[in-house]
Amino acid sequence: MYSFEPNEEQQMLMDAVGKYAENDLRPAAHDAEESHALPKKLVNKGWELGLLQASIPESYGGFGERSAVTGVLALEEMAFGDLAATLAVQTPSLFATPILLAGSEEQKQEYLPKIVGGEWSPYTAAFIEFSFDFDPHALKTTATLNDGEYVLNGEKVFVPFAKDAEAMIIYANLNGVTQGFIVPANTAGLKISDEREKLMGLNALPMYRVNLDDVKIPASNRLGGASGHDFDLILSSMRIASAAVAVGVANSSFEYAKNYAKERDAFGMKIAQKQAIAFMLAEMRTEIEAMRLLTWEAAWKLDNHKEDACVEAYLAFTGSVDMAMMVTDRGVQIYGGHGYIRENPVELLMRNGRGFPMLLGLAIV
Amino acid sequence: MTIEFETPKPILNQQVMLKTVAENMMRSVSREFDENEHSIPWDYVEFMHSAMRAMGGNGLAPRESENGKESSGKEKHPPIGYQLIATQIEALSWGDLGMYHCLPGGGLGAAAVYSAGSVEQRQKFLARFNEEKPTFAAMCMTEPGAGSDTSSILTRAVLDEKTNEWIINGEKIFVTGGDKSFTEYEKLGKGFIVVWASIDLIAGRAGMRAFVIESGTAGVKINKLEKKMGIRVSDTAAISLVDVRIPFENVLGSPTVEKTNTGFKGAMATFDATRPLVAASGIGVARAALEFLKEKLNENGIQIRYGLPRQKLSNIEREVIDMDIMLKSAWLMVLKAVWMADNKKPNAIEASMCKIKAGDVSTKITQKVVEILGPLGYSREFLAEKWFRDAKITDIYEGTGQINRLVVARQILGYSGKELR
Ligand SMILES: Cc1cc2nc3c(=O)[nH]c(=O)nc-3n(C[C@H](O)[C@H](O)[C@H](O)COP(=O)(O)OP(=O)(O)OC[C@H]3O[C@@H](n4cnc5c(N)ncnc54)[C@H](O)[C@@H]3O)c2cc1C
Repeated sequence: MYSFEPNEEQQMLMDAVGKYAENDLRPAAHDAEESHALPKKLVNKGWELGLLQASIPESYGGFGERSAVTGVLALEEMAFGDLAATLAVQTPSLFATPILLAGSEEQKQEYLPKIVGGEWSPYTAAFIEFSFDFDPHALKTTATLNDGEYVLNGEKVFVPFAKDAEAMIIYANLNGVTQGFIVPANTAGLKISDEREKLMGLNALPMYRVNLDDVKIPASNRLGGASGHDFDLILSSMRIASAAVAVGVANSSFEYAKNYAKERDAFGMKIAQKQAIAFMLAEMRTEIEAMRLLTWEAAWKLDNHKEDACVEAYLAFTGSVDMAMMVTDRGVQIYGGHGYIRENPVELLMRNGRGFPMLLGLAIV
Repeated sequence: MTIEFETPKPILNQQVMLKTVAENMMRSVSREFDENEHSIPWDYVEFMHSAMRAMGGNGLAPRESENGKESSGKEKHPPIGYQLIATQIEALSWGDLGMYHCLPGGGLGAAAVYSAGSVEQRQKFLARFNEEKPTFAAMCMTEPGAGSDTSSILTRAVLDEKTNEWIINGEKIFVTGGDKSFTEYEKLGKGFIVVWASIDLIAGRAGMRAFVIESGTAGVKINKLEKKMGIRVSDTAAISLVDVRIPFENVLGSPTVEKTNTGFKGAMATFDATRPLVAASGIGVARAALEFLKEKLNENGIQIRYGLPRQKLSNIEREVIDMDIMLKSAWLMVLKAVWMADNKKPNAIEASMCKIKAGDVSTKITQKVVEILGPLGYSREFLAEKWFRDAKITDIYEGTGQINRLVVARQILGYSGKELR
């Protein structure tokens, strides 16, 4: 059957997240970006909505079951509020979800109850590397097995909350295959930059560089245990999460632009009454819908273990990245000169909107 | 409700059959009929008609039972009538967009009766499509001076109270299937055309009504069949109406002008139902072109490396991947629009959005495919160039891309036609 309506539970979650995005995140986004700080209360409130908790079974301390579809629905709603806050709220997922998807039984028991049992706590993951052709399947960070230990070497960038993290998953190249490794804080050889990353957008999110200089961890810390795991499943979950977040950010820009266009006068009428503006809005709305549906379908295919799920996730990610740029650019255009002024919300959305190709791995469902 | 993308069984079941038809009855003669404009593909017409009858079908008109009205059985299946039709149209247009228009049945004419007519009128005018001979119907809205601006049509209908007949005068152009619907061919059953006319020119939209004119009616003349860039096998007629007399009951909807503009709403309701179907046809052509491109690339040892970061892809790979994204997402938009229609959810915005998207996607993809294939794309040895010519129409009829942008923009802005022209 084809069906395009979230179920009741999903709708309730979306409503709750949507309210948080509208009432809490949107008003806070500007100051958070300018002051380079996210209020702790804001993040805690988002955490209490229980997106991650609801995706972890009771046996590991959660209260639900993972559904990629539910995940993308909720993430889109939250990202409508603010990208930086959304990524902060769900940073612990970067650690917990791969363990849920691919971890060994011991790894699940050791970490999941701890993470979902209490308040938001900094668990994170290090994935992105500082090269123009960063390729998830050809990482430059290496892992080698030596005397029953894995030795990690390399450099990771854009690692959220690395400074305070209790543990992180570090992705590395093990004989040509990407694998995750669980590295607790204070492991010898793990160096975290003092300074935060400075990026075009996302300045509210504390991100750090992580250096790995002969970091040694027990073999059992490989994600999935001795036999490792299927990385593509994790990568696809990252891709659809990024796609969903991109749709949310684009939709935010669209909403601001639409409302502004109905207020702003020029040449004796509202600018929205000019086709040049109205058609841009119609196209923005159309492209947002197109990528939303593609993301839903990819998520559904992942949930249902369809053969082409990973290709579909790749397409949803790739398409959403372009869409987010197109839509957020037009958001600024519709505001005109006022769009260029940081007091107005659309320029931040455009800076964030450019980030999706390089920010893969900062969200997962 | 839920979010689900599992292709329903009835749709899966028809796909193999449709593909066979598309390959053996359509593709095989695509070129021949493209080069012999205005000749009728009789083999295809007759085959499709008997095939549809054998399946107890009603042409491609939505069947009440599939729309859930008659489902009395134990298991209640969700209605999928429009979904079935959209997937059929996509598959047939993958075969040949022009020949899809030569599918016997009511086409846009029946769709107008369906949306604007009463239950009795539906029964009276639509039953014929199930009879022995293949039968056609067409819809005449466009005039030389009124295309996108349908409210400015000049064709008039005046009631002759003595005979209780409507007298219709006007000029209609670009009538798809007008010839097969009106001209009396021995191999065809008696068809009709639905003519939009005004019963009160001053009332504007409120005065617009659709009238059923049976084939052979005196005063109707087919002046010419247009020669076109593409979909050449589909006839596009120019029709003049001079003192055409038809029975009073042939008006669809109310015969008087009320304050509400029911007539125009009838036309718009037709579009909400048919725009996703036009979108589906555009996607069929685009899929044909993209699959052909992939086949040729494959023959030349070029594999598309899905999953690689963009920076590592070749230009051709990037283009193909972008086309995959366009095609898949456009198709999902069509599915959502018809799913809404099946579930009786108002879908004006979704219907127009999927038409915008499909119009863009099918023209872009077919243009790109010809470009990438180079001489192979431009040569008439292959069908890529034909698909390029065919696809363009999907961004024009049933509301141009611009008109659909207007519809969407008005909806999202909450504007009337006056506020956003
Ligand atoms: C092959 C073919 C088959 C057809 N079949 C049928 C049929 O079966 N029945 C039928 O009734 N008609 C049919 N049509 C007609 C078709 O629906 C019209 O051609 C179409 O609606 C556009 O009208 P037009 O050609 O008069 O263009 P115009 O309305 O003159 O438009 C010209 C250009 O102006 C743009 N434009 C117009 N108004 C606006 C506006 N308000 N804002 C911005 N841009 C605007 C249009 O988008 C277009 O780009 C068919 C046409 C063709 C070519």
